[in-house]
Amino acid sequence: MSNIAGSKSSLQWVVHISVALLVMLWLFPTLGLFVSSFRTADQISTGGWWKSLFPAEQNLTLRSTDPDDAGAQMLIDGVYVVEGNLFKAGVDATISVWGTSSRAIDSYVPGDTAELKDGETMTVQVNGDYVWTGTTEMTGRGQRVFATSTTPPEFTFKNYKTVLFGGDSTDGMTKAFFNTLTVTIPATIIPIVIAAFAAYALAWMDFPGRALLVAFVVALLVVPLQLALIPLLRLHLGVGIGKGYLGVWLAHTGFGMPLAIYLLRNYMVGLPRDIIENAKVDGATDFQIFTKIILPLSFPALASFAIFQFLWTWNDLLVAKVFLIDASGQTTVMTNQIVELLGTRGGNWEILSTAAFVSISVPLVVFFSMQKYLVRGLLAGSVK
Amino acid sequence: MHPALQGIVTIFLGVGGCLAYFYFSNQFIDKVLFPAKGVNAGRNINRANIVRPWLFLAPALFALSLYLAYPVFATLWYSLTDRDKGNAFVGLANYYQMMDDPKFWEALKNNMLWLIIVPAASTAFGLLAAQLTDRIGWGSIAKSMIFMPMAISFVGAAVIFKLIYDTRPADTNQIGALNAVWMQFNGGVGSFILLRALPAAFLAFLTVGSLWLATIMIKGFSSFATILRSLFGVVLVGVAVASITSIYGLFTATLPYGEPQTWLTMPFWNSILLMIVLIWIQTGFAMVILSAALRGIPEETVEAAIVDGANPFQVFFKIKMPQIAGTIVVVWTTITLTVLKVFDIVFAMTNGQWETQVLANYMFDKLFRGNDWGVGSAAAIVIMLLVTPILVWNVYNVRKEMRS
Repeated sequence: MSNIAGSKSSLQWVVHISVALLVMLWLFPTLGLFVSSFRTADQISTGGWWKSLFPAEQNLTLRSTDPDDAGAQMLIDGVYVVEGNLFKAGVDATISVWGTSSRAIDSYVPGDTAELKDGETMTVQVNGDYVWTGTTEMTGRGQRVFATSTTPPEFTFKNYKTVLFGGDSTDGMTKAFFNTLTVTIPATIIPIVIAAFAAYALAWMDFPGRALLVAFVVALLVVPLQLALIPLLRLHLGVGIGKGYLGVWLAHTGFGMPLAIYLLRNYMVGLPRDIIENAKVDGATDFQIFTKIILPLSFPALASFAIFQFLWTWNDLLVAKVFLIDASGQTTVMTNQIVELLGTRGGNWEILSTAAFVSISVPLVVFFSMQKYLVRGLLAGSVK
Repeated sequence: MHPALQGIVTIFLGVGGCLAYFYFSNQFIDKVLFPAKGVNAGRNINRANIVRPWLFLAPALFALSLYLAYPVFATLWYSLTDRDKGNAFVGLANYYQMMDDPKFWEALKNNMLWLIIVPAASTAFGLLAAQLTDRIGWGSIAKSMIFMPMAISFVGAAVIFKLIYDTRPADTNQIGALNAVWMQFNGGVGSFILLRALPAAFLAFLTVGSLWLATIMIKGFSSFATILRSLFGVVLVGVAVASITSIYGLFTATLPYGEPQTWLTMPFWNSILLMIVLIWIQTGFAMVILSAALRGIPEETVEAAIVDGANPFQVFFKIKMPQIAGTIVVVWTTITLTVLKVFDIVFAMTNGQWETQVLANYMFDKLFRGNDWGVGSAAAIVIMLLVTPILVWNVYNVRKEMRS
């Protein structure tokens, strides 16, 4: 914008850096959760997740195999030899320096041979392979080696296995995932149908009281959900719906209605008048105009609202807690499951972060694939 | 029936039922009730056209009235009755009981803090992000990264930030980012600059800024906005006073260097930390709307200012800001509404302990843990009262727009 008039700001690089910092600051929290969900409990408690992205350098005290172990020591050409690897199987670490005394842990580089007492020698390779030789038979415990090693970043899918396929009802998210889906889809689709007809009436049909109705919708747009909880719960219990899916679908339909009507009406009002009037002249009924012309043309607005409603119902905790979740716990949704995990497994970040990431991954996919419609809806939906 | 199957059936019944209703009710008035033929054809067409809008509106109006309008009055009624006395009318007894509860005042005080800080910070960050990202090539990628938290649930965000605020014992590695940063401070020069001097400078800036704005607010006199503006001015003066006292506090406080802090149990600061979660989420929203408004500014006005020798800051504050003032108000009020209803974040992170209570959580607490529907309803009515000015303002604007 301010590049116009040919004055390309000399401070452009400051802008680049500021934006980069801002983006990093905004991504950092989510990234932390994402990375933590791929670490084991032990790894998480050893240090911050930001360290796990880089190879970790640690000073280790390792020990060779005890020479007394059966078959560990071999006599080759008159020399007693113990061979092996200092690391446990499966560890992929590299040694940068090593030593055989705790006072000089960096005396040798990999490949060097250390002279020990009694004519023994020790050779250690980068990957931890060692050869320990002695002129006489060696006894006692294995030789200690002090090594500075670098372990590459290590991640695991184990948490996702536990959370998604564990079957364990306290940590498992599978049931909650499908429950959430069951709540979300009808609660997204049904309000659209109802609201679309109403929006058409408010946009293109002339009748007394129309302006008043629009004002009514706008007023209801800001009514806090909190007011609806007690009366509606009472109503649901009174008419026999009780707590359950039907109740939560109805509640979400009602609560989403003002935004749906408002968004769709604003969009439909902007459609070209000619098309509709031509269709009327050609003898189309309102019902035909609506289904054949308005609905297809309003697709962007319908998509915008669908995303809003989907995100809102998927992420909702309050409505589910009040209208859906009963004492049996069979109808729990993901947000509720996570809150419960926060209570029972507050310190188990590997389970918590994985469960949370499972629950936010679906909205994130929807967000990134349909961002265009979301932005459009936001711009149309904020009351001007 | 399996819930998933029930869901599918519901979609078909719901969608199919709605479509069938609309189709057959239209057929009914066109063919049966007011057929467009015979002697009364003209009159019948008119009549059908009078009835038809209401056919289209009926299901939506029913849902709106039952699920949003009726509860407002029902809740008002419940707040004046007592369930234990057989729903007898008890006047304002529930309100008196609520006002005797220190937790209520704590919630109200915290809500006021949220109302001042969250919309202001989100709008400011959003404006900054919008202004900066519009000037660079990879701005749209940066925007979607900052916008992304909008898709994350409050509960998910609560988990994300709980990890950041996590505390481990002093002799172990800190896994929470905040404590990891905190442990870097040792009371030296760096700590002085970062923890005392810089915040003090920011607060001084805030003091001067809010006093300056306050004079503008209180000076101007116009018909309707006068009360609103002077109210805003008083709040700004309050912010200025609070900033000055905080500057004094900054230099006198002894800070516990080298000890990991349990952040969420520190009164006042824990509320700020909860607010950060919401600011993190709402900044993207503010950015998207403000960025569209900034792009909508006619280029000639900016060009003219540049030709007249305005520097970038003058262009921003004197040319752009006045033109997007309306949008800023919209963003501000929308975030204010979100703040008033904030429940999940507090519920998941502290559940109102350690003086972090807010009205929405207080109400939930009274309703479902205390089982006190009277006080719960009274708290809901307080939230409604706080929302009402925005409601009136929105309706006023829409009416004005529709008349023009």
